[in-house]
Amino acid sequence: MYDSRQLAAIIEKMAGQINARQLPAPLLVGIHTGGAWLAEQLHPRLDSAPPLGTLDISFYRDDFSRVGLNPEVKASSLPVAVDNRDIILVDDVLHTGRTVRAGLNEIFSYGRPERVCLAVLIERPGRELPIQADIVGQSLQLAGHEEAKLTRDGGRLALNIIDLGKSAP
Amino acid sequence: MIPADSAIQFDRNGKLKHFLTISGLPRAVLTGMLDTAESFAGFGQREIKKVPLLRGKTMVNLFFEPSTRTRTTFEIAGKRLSADVINLNAARLSTSKGESIIDTARTLEAMHTDLFVVRDSASGAAHLIAAHLPDHVRVINAGDGRHAHPTQAMLDMFTIRRVKGGIKGLKVAIIGDVLHSRVARSQIQALNTLGAEQIRVVGPRTLIPTEIETMGVAATSDMREGLRGVDVVIMLRLQRERMDGQLVPSEQEYFNRYGLTGDKLRYADRDAVVMHPGPINRGLEIASDVADGSRSVILQQVTCGIAVRMAVMATLMGGSEERP
Repeated sequence: MYDSRQLAAIIEKMAGQINARQLPAPLLVGIHTGGAWLAEQLHPRLDSAPPLGTLDISFYRDDFSRVGLNPEVKASSLPVAVDNRDIILVDDVLHTGRTVRAGLNEIFSYGRPERVCLAVLIERPGRELPIQADIVGQSLQLAGHEEAKLTRDGGRLALNIIDLGKSAP
Repeated sequence: MIPADSAIQFDRNGKLKHFLTISGLPRAVLTGMLDTAESFAGFGQREIKKVPLLRGKTMVNLFFEPSTRTRTTFEIAGKRLSADVINLNAARLSTSKGESIIDTARTLEAMHTDLFVVRDSASGAAHLIAAHLPDHVRVINAGDGRHAHPTQAMLDMFTIRRVKGGIKGLKVAIIGDVLHSRVARSQIQALNTLGAEQIRVVGPRTLIPTEIETMGVAATSDMREGLRGVDVVIMLRLQRERMDGQLVPSEQEYFNRYGLTGDKLRYADRDAVVMHPGPINRGLEIASDVADGSRSVILQQVTCGIAVRMAVMATLMGGSEERP
């Protein structure tokens, strides 16, 4: 659907929007796994050279008692204290909003940020929580049975739309 | 093929529901737990050392035998996962054991307990409780008689993995009162499952169980032979309270022959680390300068206990709810 060259152009545009905000002391945080890839690509394009961290939100998911823990939980790593920082929270796809909700909760378990901006590569319909992105790479009008999936192969990103079949919600 | 005493640990989808013994658990289950523990290990540095995984769940520490570190680390682990933790240090009559322990557990289950952590002086106590409680309740064995202490073994594996980079190919000596040690049994099973190259048990003949070799270890009563070239030295507490009869000559003689001193440690690999499940009898099974020395990881074991117990609880409790 989108190859690495097209994605690079979208990411460039997102970086421009982040730079335009002129945040005084930002901390760039990517949500595992797709958001962390995206944050890595945004990082060199940002003027302020912010510290780069990652979050694994597995411990904050709301479906733990139904589906259990992801066996490969990565450690979250935030290189600086979040207190009084402007956090740019990065994820690949904004869909239901539940991942972002979990990410916000996790960030607040580290401290009290000054503000949190949400930057996503793809925004799509299907929100189940009142969450919206501040910076959007691309809006896609996907149906309920379609899924946008970011993959990485040797450092090159690609985005594909997968049809989960009509039976999916 | 899963041995009979291990089958109760799995639900009908093959997912681990109780943690009663290492015996019969595939390597993937153990490494999955260790990996999960790794991600919990960084928690100490967070402002809020808590995650909401077990919010709304009730966990009862049901201890029929005294314990400091095991009970405390289970309590901290439960609280860090946001469970409501209740501690019960119950003494019970030694007669009609089976009956009273089941009744106690059933009573607590009637108060909507989701997870039991059980310690008892009788082997099989945690199994018994697991067998008599409804399907949705989870049970963790925190030590039953001489049988098993699986979370201690897992925190030992976690500690070894952290300091040695892995278990595979290691030579390990387990030294002292193996006869009374549930820790040693669980450690041997875990070390074998995780691919340790060689496990030696060392101690006076009176404290080494007969047929211990069937567990896949080599036994010796010679410290020099037992320690030669090992990467990990695990000392066991001399469990005098469980000894009815003259199993060791005198404390001084025991220390002279089997107490770990700096001199004896020289037989081991130069990078060997020293472990002990605690509590330590200083000057009996281990010299103070070794217990507190640079090769000792005894306090690291205690710290690792929290992350490992969090991982065990999260493994059992996650995905436990039936889908509608």
